[in-house]
Amino acid sequence: MTPSQFTLRQRLRERGLDGVTLLVIPGVVFVLALFIYPFLYGLFLSFTPQVGGWLANYAKFFSEPFLYDTISITLWIAIPATLLNTVLSVPVALRVRLMKHQRLLTTILVIPITLGTVMVAEGLLTYLGPRGWLNRTLLELGLADNPVRLIHNYWGVMLSLVITGFPFTFLLTLSYVTGIDPALEQAGAMLGARARERFLRILLPLLAPGLAITLALAFVQAFTVFPSAILLGAPAGPTRVISIVAYQAAFEQYDYSLASAIAMLMAGVQVLIIVGLLGARTLLFRGPVSTGKG
Amino acid sequence: MPIVSRDFRALRLDRVSRDFGGTHALRDVTLTVERGEFVALLGPSGCGKSTALNCIAGLLQVTGGTIWLDEQRVDQTGPEDRGFGMVFQNYALFPHMTVRRNIGFGLVTQRRPKAEITRRVNEAIAVVRLEGHEDKLPGQLSGGQQQRVAIARAIVVEPPLVLMDEPLSNLDAKLRLEMRAEIRRIHTMLGCSTVYVTHDQEEALSLADRILVLIDGQTRQIGTPEDLYARPATPDVADFMGYRNLLPSRAEPAEGGVAVTIGGARLLGTPRGAPTGGPTGDRMGEPVGYQAGAPVTVAIRPEDLVPTPDGPISATVEVAEYHGKDFYAVLRGTDGCALYCRSTVRIRPGDVVRLAAKPERVLVYAGDGQGAPGARQST
Repeated sequence: MTPSQFTLRQRLRERGLDGVTLLVIPGVVFVLALFIYPFLYGLFLSFTPQVGGWLANYAKFFSEPFLYDTISITLWIAIPATLLNTVLSVPVALRVRLMKHQRLLTTILVIPITLGTVMVAEGLLTYLGPRGWLNRTLLELGLADNPVRLIHNYWGVMLSLVITGFPFTFLLTLSYVTGIDPALEQAGAMLGARARERFLRILLPLLAPGLAITLALAFVQAFTVFPSAILLGAPAGPTRVISIVAYQAAFEQYDYSLASAIAMLMAGVQVLIIVGLLGARTLLFRGPVSTGKG
Repeated sequence: MPIVSRDFRALRLDRVSRDFGGTHALRDVTLTVERGEFVALLGPSGCGKSTALNCIAGLLQVTGGTIWLDEQRVDQTGPEDRGFGMVFQNYALFPHMTVRRNIGFGLVTQRRPKAEITRRVNEAIAVVRLEGHEDKLPGQLSGGQQQRVAIARAIVVEPPLVLMDEPLSNLDAKLRLEMRAEIRRIHTMLGCSTVYVTHDQEEALSLADRILVLIDGQTRQIGTPEDLYARPATPDVADFMGYRNLLPSRAEPAEGGVAVTIGGARLLGTPRGAPTGGPTGDRMGEPVGYQAGAPVTVAIRPEDLVPTPDGPISATVEVAEYHGKDFYAVLRGTDGCALYCRSTVRIRPGDVVRLAAKPERVLVYAGDGQGAPGARQST
């Protein structure tokens, strides 16, 4: 080995590049092949419509209420589901943090993730259906005169999004909550702050950046809802979410170009919301959530 | 609910115990802290001193006994309502708040007017000498500065009692000395009571008016620093207070005290209390009579075992460390026991030295000292 090679290697190592850096290659190939390339291909495809000029797909989408309404329909499902999951997960995570059998409870809460949306949807169809346990119990007890409709409408999709989305937001929130030094809350208590004040003035500001990330990820999950919107919702009406029209364009009308345009618009809406959330995050404290030795 | 600790005269712990699932972290600790007093809870790590502090603070529930502020029982009161100030070991500063907002937290909680908050925060900043750092975040401060913020935050609400949990353990040696003087200065200036937890005997000796030595969750001795230093009640307190020589021996009655055999030589000593008996308040550390041949434990500080030309003990130097103003030596007596001494004259390994100790500096405890870690090591 010549001295010059040696110094090059040293120089690279100074910048954090060494043999281990090569391990990123499979990841980069994976991302390029399965994310960047399909994305660019779809983008290109969306500008080559079957009829009309290069923007014809986008023009068509925004001229037909049947199509552009899906954005608001999807947001109307995704935003409440995201907020509900995140808001619910904070108190649960705060409580679970203090529990002895934290792992057991966490496992139970996380099971819905492993079941998958379709299985949850099937279960809800049986359980919440007109002849399901819930309605039969309500009718037997005389709490309802007619079966309560909780499936094949907005609420069916919402329930499914909460059941499958909550474990996800809970796990994320739990990791942020456990990252906060419990001594901070104790310090607040010693200074006379009650639980409510400790939460609002100490925990929430420290959790906010994590909650912004949680909201962003949960929103992306909810916005791309597809199986439960079909199985549990009313795919022709109030739950005709944007992914359904993309699917219909691609596999019922065989208009891949229009489907690509819809997919791009989906991505666009998601990016807007996430940029908004993360932008709001920069207004908040972003340092370490514990102060150790200085 | 008004803050309960205003204008109290004394904090009283009455047989306070705390169990953690079957293990006794704290057992029957009784202590009275007068207003203005500086009390140190001293003990090795895991002895329950932080548990005791958290019980006083209200961060831990007691599982036995009671805590009183004058005539008011407070052990069922939450930490929010006790109104004590606390300085945490890792400072526990709110990382998202500036120095000013950290210090003002307790005043904002009390819903004080804005002008008053500003004035009192400024005063507290002046007390801890942090002028010019008001608008920094804790992450931008050094360890010593964070420590000052933690103290200012605790004292700004003018609590009658300040609790400190090893506040200096995260600082380097020089800063520790500096902050030690600072803590004593602030305590004297404010006239509050302080309960200070530490494992460092030097820190406790220099800061406290009174020291409570906790070992295995039990009180071993309560006394002034002078008491503890000169007259430790038990061999394990002696071990903790720097009595490096803890040796088993047999008692022989002698004129004016008791005689023991150390390193193969006869030495006159001062009888002390029972080593393994329960801590029974005032009777602790009282001299007791010895029967001839009774097993005893002898405690001598290295600095009290002085090389003297005609000393009774003859020992061979094994290790000699140069400590600047003197030498610290490990020696081997003629009966094979290890001895520790300090010497102002130069000594080298292999030298045979004669050692002597004044009878009042040779403490003799009844019992063979089982349970005292130092005694086992030295045999």
